[in-house]
Amino acid sequence: MHSELTISQADSRPMYLQIIEQVRRRVAVGDWGPGQEIPSIRALAASTRVSVITIKRAYFELEHEGVITTRQGRGTFVSENVQLQQDLREQELDQHLAKAADAGRELGLGTKELEQRLREVVRKKEETR
Amino acid sequence: MTTAAIELRGVCKRYPFFALEDVSFRLEPGQIMGFVGANGAGKTTTIRILMALVRQDAGDVELLGCRMPDEQVRAKWDVGFVSEEMKLFGGATLAWHLGFVRSLFPGAWDDRYAARLLQRFHLHPGQRVKGLSRGERVKALMLLALARKPRLLVLDEPTAGLDPVARQELIGELMEILQDEERSILFSSHNTLDVEQISDQITFLDRGRIVDSGDKEVFFDRWRRLSLELPEAVALPDVVGVVDVARSGHTAVVTANAFDDELPAAYQRAGATLRDVQRMTLEEIFVATVMQKRKERGA
Repeated sequence: MHSELTISQADSRPMYLQIIEQVRRRVAVGDWGPGQEIPSIRALAASTRVSVITIKRAYFELEHEGVITTRQGRGTFVSENVQLQQDLREQELDQHLAKAADAGRELGLGTKELEQRLREVVRKKEETR
Repeated sequence: MTTAAIELRGVCKRYPFFALEDVSFRLEPGQIMGFVGANGAGKTTTIRILMALVRQDAGDVELLGCRMPDEQVRAKWDVGFVSEEMKLFGGATLAWHLGFVRSLFPGAWDDRYAARLLQRFHLHPGQRVKGLSRGERVKALMLLALARKPRLLVLDEPTAGLDPVARQELIGELMEILQDEERSILFSSHNTLDVEQISDQITFLDRGRIVDSGDKEVFFDRWRRLSLELPEAVALPDVVGVVDVARSGHTAVVTANAFDDELPAAYQRAGATLRDVQRMTLEEIFVATVMQKRKERGA
């Protein structure tokens, strides 16, 4: 099975985090659906050319987050939770918003001003549509 | 405990101008160990002892449960060894070499795998060995070791002298081998990028001694570089787990090998402002480890 995951040594994030992010991404965009089998640890290590221990760590955390499940002797699967795709996308949105909140705080903006800015961005987007 | 792929306990070897001192490490089946050291650190000597090309003065060596050098004949059935020093017959073709190794390991040799490797490595059976480039020679040696599917591969600087494309091809093949949970690889290198990418275990060697050995992910979790900003009057406290502090003016760069959340907090309580916490590359970790150990031993 070709995983189509790639990791970069130029990326400042550790390799296991890159793997976690890319698996979450595949699930979030719906390429890997609920209950679908995904590559085993060793198969993914071979296709990404990343050490087994690194993939193990990424899968361990993904399992802990409830994104994937491992069935002993059967393989590794995306969680059956049909809400998962939506949940992951909402988590991504929250991460972007958290960054915006940080940037706003650095500029000394209050909550009201930040809300106003967001409304402004949304309005502009709708105008250009 | 399962039988280790490799186990060394207290291995010593003395030469007039170099000594290997108390070298111990263990490689579990199904794992890759990157063996990292500067030139002259003792990597090749250690590997020669492993392969029973040199007898240790003291200490125990076991490969796949066979005591070395006494049980080397049994061990070598299942161990593939590649080093640049290895000789091929210059006048003979690659096909002749394939046939030769195949006749030595009749049960183990895999013709289809050999054919696939020839293709992957862009080698031609009709080529004469003396016409091969340096990279092609390394790939030919690698092919001869891989195609008989040994349970353990011992590779001395396998990627040295390979161009980036050939290096990635080789790394890809090594990772394929690891799909089998019973097979293991030890490879020495001073290319820390290769080691960082594919190793499960890492061992650092310097001046004939092991300076650190362990799980790769743990290495990366332990080491951090902190950038601090501090008022002139503030003295930095001694913090456990810090191996180096470089202070100049109002800034300091702290290198830690036992990082946890408490570590930056200790500096913040002393009045410093934390500007940045950075992970370190394996090369930076290796250099910091070597410098720290040399300082300790010099003192």
